[in-house]
Amino acid sequence: MYTTKIMFTDYQIQGPWDEFFQAPGVPHPAFQAIFEALNHTRKEDYLALHKEAERALIRTGITFVVYGDKEGQEKIMPFDLLPRIVTSQDWNRLEKGLIQRIQALNLFLDDIYHDQKILKDKVIPEELILSASSFRKECIGLNPPKGIWNHVTGTDLIRNPSGEFLVLEDNLRCPSGVSYVLENRELVKRAFPHLFEKLSIRPVETYPDMLFEVLDHICPGVQEKRFGVLTPGVYNSAYFEHSFLARKMGVELLEGQDLVVENDRVYIRTTHGFEPIHAIYRRIDDDFLDPKVFRPDSMIGVPGLFQAYKKGNLALANAPGTGVADDKAVYAFVPEMIRYYLGEDALLNNVPTYRCGREKDLGYVLANLDKLVVKATNESGGYGMLMGHQASKAQRDEFALKIQANPRGYIAQPVVDLSQAPTLVGDHFEGRRVDLRPYVLYGKDIKVLPGGLTRVALRPGSLVVNSSQGGGSKDTWVIQDDQGGDHA
Amino acid sequence: MLSRVAGSVYWLFRYLERAQNTARFINADFNQYLEDQDHQGNLWASLVAVTGDQEFYQEHYSSYSRESIIHFLTLDEDYDNSLYRCVVQARENARSIREIISSEMWEEINSLYLAVTEYRRNEGRGTDPFAFCKSVIHSCYLFIGLFYSTMNRGEAWHFGRLGMLLERADKTSRILDVKYFILLPDPAWVGTAYDNTQWAALLKAVSGLEMYRKIYRRINPRDVAEFLLFEKDFPRSILHCLQNSEESLRILSGPQKNLVRLRTDLETANVAEAMQMGLHEYLDNLQNRMNQVDLDIFQGFFAPKLSSETRKDHGYLGQHQS
Repeated sequence: MYTTKIMFTDYQIQGPWDEFFQAPGVPHPAFQAIFEALNHTRKEDYLALHKEAERALIRTGITFVVYGDKEGQEKIMPFDLLPRIVTSQDWNRLEKGLIQRIQALNLFLDDIYHDQKILKDKVIPEELILSASSFRKECIGLNPPKGIWNHVTGTDLIRNPSGEFLVLEDNLRCPSGVSYVLENRELVKRAFPHLFEKLSIRPVETYPDMLFEVLDHICPGVQEKRFGVLTPGVYNSAYFEHSFLARKMGVELLEGQDLVVENDRVYIRTTHGFEPIHAIYRRIDDDFLDPKVFRPDSMIGVPGLFQAYKKGNLALANAPGTGVADDKAVYAFVPEMIRYYLGEDALLNNVPTYRCGREKDLGYVLANLDKLVVKATNESGGYGMLMGHQASKAQRDEFALKIQANPRGYIAQPVVDLSQAPTLVGDHFEGRRVDLRPYVLYGKDIKVLPGGLTRVALRPGSLVVNSSQGGGSKDTWVIQDDQGGDHA
Repeated sequence: MLSRVAGSVYWLFRYLERAQNTARFINADFNQYLEDQDHQGNLWASLVAVTGDQEFYQEHYSSYSRESIIHFLTLDEDYDNSLYRCVVQARENARSIREIISSEMWEEINSLYLAVTEYRRNEGRGTDPFAFCKSVIHSCYLFIGLFYSTMNRGEAWHFGRLGMLLERADKTSRILDVKYFILLPDPAWVGTAYDNTQWAALLKAVSGLEMYRKIYRRINPRDVAEFLLFEKDFPRSILHCLQNSEESLRILSGPQKNLVRLRTDLETANVAEAMQMGLHEYLDNLQNRMNQVDLDIFQGFFAPKLSSETRKDHGYLGQHQS
């Protein structure tokens, strides 16, 4: 009989930061208890638990759709049962950094859609913002309820070989994945109920309540408030999540066709006629939200919604226009924003970023394509990306042409050797690269859900963790402070 | 509740009931003659005839062999009422209203979907079609059991029951009609043991043989028709289904006029009347009137419009079918 320990026998920790071990066979001190508990589990049992977790995902239909794949093909996101663990010290630092960042980004959004002081003071080049395709002229002068623009953010963090967390992307549009955070926790709890009783892991199950509070906070003051989640529909890749959040919050799951606007008020179409709705967590991009204001060919939007929003008859989370802060060239300026608006140094660093729109950066990028990751500024999900060190000469040349044709449309970053976490491969553990997406909610205050989505690149050596590119996920455990403090 | 959601609940149940009844058609004990009778093609062809979709069948299939007909009824991807398509559409509707039904119900219909897609992927190879149909029927029972035991008796529940019962009434009428399409080899066979076994098979298809015997003992066509049409205590009889549909429609404050009239007509009718008119014609008329009720529900609940609205209606997942 072997215990789970044997599955670590050939585990390698050279190179990247390891999330679990500090030396071969020696976990970071905070993880000692978990390691020991694992060692009391028999290997066969662990493998059986892992299989059962995968089966549960299929049975319960926790699936997403990969675009470009055969239409309507649903897949489960591969799940690794061994959690990624974050110490309370690391988490407290992260939390402060994220709150600071979200606060600055919100001030930035409010500024560029009003006085544009940060542009006038030449902290950020005016041309950079005005040329961003995600900058919405329609939002100029907009006053979202309580001055909040980015209610829900999913910030992507990575960890470099010295263990420092860096911000890779701010996702302020419709970040997805939080349903996996909650479902992954369920799966792990079911697999290791005893472990959970012994350790103090901070809960993530409060997320739907937190989100509900945000909607309640921004909702116009009416007697009977009614909320909804707006989805593009069942064929959207994140449909499961939209339905999940509506179910957990106990609010309506809405499609565009369910909504009508009359006299700048929004109504839902019910079996008893039309009833008003007051706050919507929308998971439809700006572009498709309202064909009268944005893309006229949108079939999933609601004509007149934007006008109702402007009049203050409806609250939307997130506000339209937040995408401009997601632009990867704008990202490079977040540390300056923090200094400009808050008078503080950024607590979380960015990955160094070259903006191809700037001449001297462009020259460097083109000369060093083989050492850089190049990203389209207005894409997400791992699309429109070149991993220079892995690409062929032909692929690099092709990309160089694209960059030269539209320098503003690209940024480049040095390849960061992402940290690794032990992940089941066959019948043993190997190190696989991970990132971390915590979720930040901005309502009455800014709150960070203690946990997040750990995405894992399942191919050996791969640094791309996106689910659309074959990545999997892990539960993320944030260990409770010794003081038992709850920061959520 | 949202009109779209109400429509999806209703269609989820219609499709699931339709899938279950297709499984019942196939599983009806007709197969007991199949091995050694020369007119077996005829029996199977009757299953195509009652669907009302012979035209589609003739366009896509060259013979009325047992294999072709089973393929048509169970696996055909292009035929909207095949068991496979019904389960896919039921599950698609369920997926769009996961926040409305219970998790237990969702998991059951998702499991059924996974089993049916798996069966289809193997083109039915390695699985006996009758055993497969039986498992589909069981899964539907389980789903309906969960529906009755895990959901609030709110609007959604009544829309679900309405969809299920109206579909069931329609399918019972079609099962009864199967006999019209089965030609006996010789008119002299009417009333023989052979004829009676076929009637017994019909009753078995609706799980009604034992309940029938408690009332009538002997099998004869007139009594079978009376039982399936008018026996208010039998849960799959047309009258029973309509009476209970009416209750749900009343609770939902929906358009009841046509349904009430139909139910009253059935309550006061008798089987002699139906036989005199011709059972097939009688059933045909019933089916048309039930379609009208379905249309009333569609217009009353699922397609409300603002007077100012000019936008084209997108419809909902379940396509209206007459």
